[in-house]
Amino acid sequence: MGRQITISCFRFNPNIPGDKPRMQDYKLEEYEGMTLFIALNDIREKLDPTLVFDFVCRAAICGSCAMLINGRPRLACKTMTRNLPSHFTVMPLPVFKLIGDLSVDTGKWFRDLQMRTEAWIHTTKKFDFNALEVRMDNKIAEEIYEPERCVECGCCVACCITANIRDDFMGATGINRVCRFIIDPRDERADAEYFEVVGDEGGTFGCVGLMACDDMCPMELPLQENLAFVRRKMAGAGLKLTFPGIKL
Amino acid sequence: MSAKNTHYCDVLVIGAGLAANRSAIEAAQAGLSVIILSLVPPRRSHSTAAQGGMQASLGNVAMGKGDNPQIHFEDTVKGSDWGCDQEVAKMFCETVPSMIRQLDSWGVPWNRVTAGKKKYASGIETEDTKEKEGLITARDFGGTAKWRCCYTSDGTGHTVVFVVDTVVCKLNIPVHDRVEAISLIHDGVTCYGCVARDLRNGELNVYLAKSTIIGTGGAGRIYAASTNAVICEGTGGAIALKTGLVPLGNMEAIQFHPTGMPPVYILMTEGARGDGGYLLDKNMHRFMPDYEPKKKELASRDVVSRRMVQHIRAGFGVDSKYSTQQHLWLDIRHLGQKWVWTNLREIANIAMNFNGVDPAKELVPVIPTQHYTMGGVRTNKDGAAYGLKGLFAMGEAACWDLHGFNRLGGNSLAETVTAGYICGKQVAKYTLGATQDFNMKVVEDAVKFEEENINNLISGKNGKENVYDIRTAMGTTMMEHVHIFRTGKALEQGVAKLQELYKRSLKIGLRSSGQGANPELALAIKMPGQVRTALCVAYGALMRTESRGSHFREDFPKRDDANWLKRTLAYWKEGADLPTLDYEPVATPLLPPGDRGYGEASAGPVKK
Repeated sequence: MGRQITISCFRFNPNIPGDKPRMQDYKLEEYEGMTLFIALNDIREKLDPTLVFDFVCRAAICGSCAMLINGRPRLACKTMTRNLPSHFTVMPLPVFKLIGDLSVDTGKWFRDLQMRTEAWIHTTKKFDFNALEVRMDNKIAEEIYEPERCVECGCCVACCITANIRDDFMGATGINRVCRFIIDPRDERADAEYFEVVGDEGGTFGCVGLMACDDMCPMELPLQENLAFVRRKMAGAGLKLTFPGIKL
Repeated sequence: MSAKNTHYCDVLVIGAGLAANRSAIEAAQAGLSVIILSLVPPRRSHSTAAQGGMQASLGNVAMGKGDNPQIHFEDTVKGSDWGCDQEVAKMFCETVPSMIRQLDSWGVPWNRVTAGKKKYASGIETEDTKEKEGLITARDFGGTAKWRCCYTSDGTGHTVVFVVDTVVCKLNIPVHDRVEAISLIHDGVTCYGCVARDLRNGELNVYLAKSTIIGTGGAGRIYAASTNAVICEGTGGAIALKTGLVPLGNMEAIQFHPTGMPPVYILMTEGARGDGGYLLDKNMHRFMPDYEPKKKELASRDVVSRRMVQHIRAGFGVDSKYSTQQHLWLDIRHLGQKWVWTNLREIANIAMNFNGVDPAKELVPVIPTQHYTMGGVRTNKDGAAYGLKGLFAMGEAACWDLHGFNRLGGNSLAETVTAGYICGKQVAKYTLGATQDFNMKVVEDAVKFEEENINNLISGKNGKENVYDIRTAMGTTMMEHVHIFRTGKALEQGVAKLQELYKRSLKIGLRSSGQGANPELALAIKMPGQVRTALCVAYGALMRTESRGSHFREDFPKRDDANWLKRTLAYWKEGADLPTLDYEPVATPLLPPGDRGYGEASAGPVKK
């Protein structure tokens, strides 16, 4: 016999008239290797088919299943129940719009972020189907890959004090996304152009430096370093915009 | 309930993985209005899970020197066990290098050639010259003559999905995410689009278009154990099959990847063996060279998977806490800490997260696991589906037939963008020349049909069968009867079980109210389609009395080109409980059937 565990789940489906937010307890028998992916699916299949949650890859690479687990934002699929007490809570991520129960709308939030930061390569070069690729140092390719590893799960946004009080704050993920393009030599945007998208309180200057994002990132991205890098760049760009001709 | 909203566009793209998104870009760049429907935000699509890389004969890395599309073509045809469409394979191999370079121009951080002498864990010593430095490099993968698998660390799928999606964003193509297409609308000749359920609120919407593209990925989840994401349920193929007009091609061709990691069956990339990893048995013996002296761990996936099961059957499997069934070990310890945690970091993380194993120091349990659906919606080389005008399919959802009976590692990710480009162009061409009258009675009837079905599921009018019980039984049946080693008797029993399950799937009744974004209803709607898909696999396998690629019949162990150089086409006639099978010849105009150079037919008796 495995351990008996009790999962207190946040329940509220805004599409069901009269439904009210509440916590609901589910009791399960734990077994070897049980993850929250397994546990929540067991609940849905055996105890309560109405429970709404999101999983896709169940391998911690797609970022779908972030939720508050005992108050901390994590990817549920790679959270082993044996590392949790026998009674714990699961709640949807804050900041994002609730779809139902544990499911939130990260898709729209992140698409808005891409559009707002114009998160694509800006170049005047036209692709030539017959030409060789432009050479790049392997080190730079690896440097770009680091921030590119973000899975857009929303953990850094959910735990961010600024994102919780300011609707327009792009969070560590947004700053990380901009960082990825700044270090990419294929993106021809000048610092002043990045300043336009990230050089305000909705961007890099909105951060109050508590750095929960850096602690909570399931991909262990160096969000603090990336923030410092972008902030330094943007401070320089801001000064140049304010004092043309200044030497830094 | 009736259709809440009706959306019109030129091109409707169902799915937002790489094939779907890449084709959407092609259509949008032709000036067409495009809507993408997706179960999940596009960047969460299963394409993102592809770890290893994309095959393209760039020939930049020293071990890829002299590579060209012709060699890639020959590898692909041999890999397919001569089951593929050679014209498609040729077109693909010639196009894929420019696709890699275009992805580079869009921002994919491909790993690059670094100059200098290298000594690989496999013992290979090479020297990359200054002349090639900074060009896109490649790693070794199974079943290939050259190193041609372009990669970004082991997150190739992730970076390519993200970068292709940046172009979707740049072109401002609308994506309706959390939407599931539940049936195609058609008048018997032309596809009009689909009825879709909004997974945010449960509402039904109608999407009407001149062209509809199915890019919904594979059907791995018809098996209880699969490396696939939970959304890979073959829905696109199932709604095409349900029309009765569109066939699924070669559904019996299912790939089992050698290295799924129990107990969660998450993939350990082929790159692990490409980079020099070994497979070990319970005695810590590296057994693959005994079976496959030439290619060792890097024979094609079908061969390695069979050899592994054969070895377990011979008594060399491992019993461990990781799995209730016997497994084998993947050993990459000799690649070293730095290599493992740089180039194979994603799988190192997975092994750590799910089994607490650091592969730089410990062995990783592995077992062959369902991985890929070579079959799918049968299309011509333009991606146009058989049976309905205006319907197209691409990527894993399609049987374009690049892969025949076994896909080479790194050819699927490469196929997604290449098919998206080639077929996307054809979709654009077709759509620009097409006009479409929509018979609204047909549209309304389609919606009414779905509404009635949903009402019946909620009220339990047809029965009270539990949808989860049926899914579990289907998955187990596929594992027990339609797996790596197949026999006529086991397949017959499997088909009979699935027929029974199919009848039960028509009598599902919900236990919940079905209101709003109800997950039980979502599964109940598609369950009969999943069992139909499973039956196409099982019945196709039963009727194919030969062994070819991943389809291995113990009672017919040889490839039979005289009788079976043909492609299975499975149709589902209304009211049937079995698919109707038809066959079409597979032409081999460029490379006649021969020896693969690996596998049971080539290797001779096993060295003891």
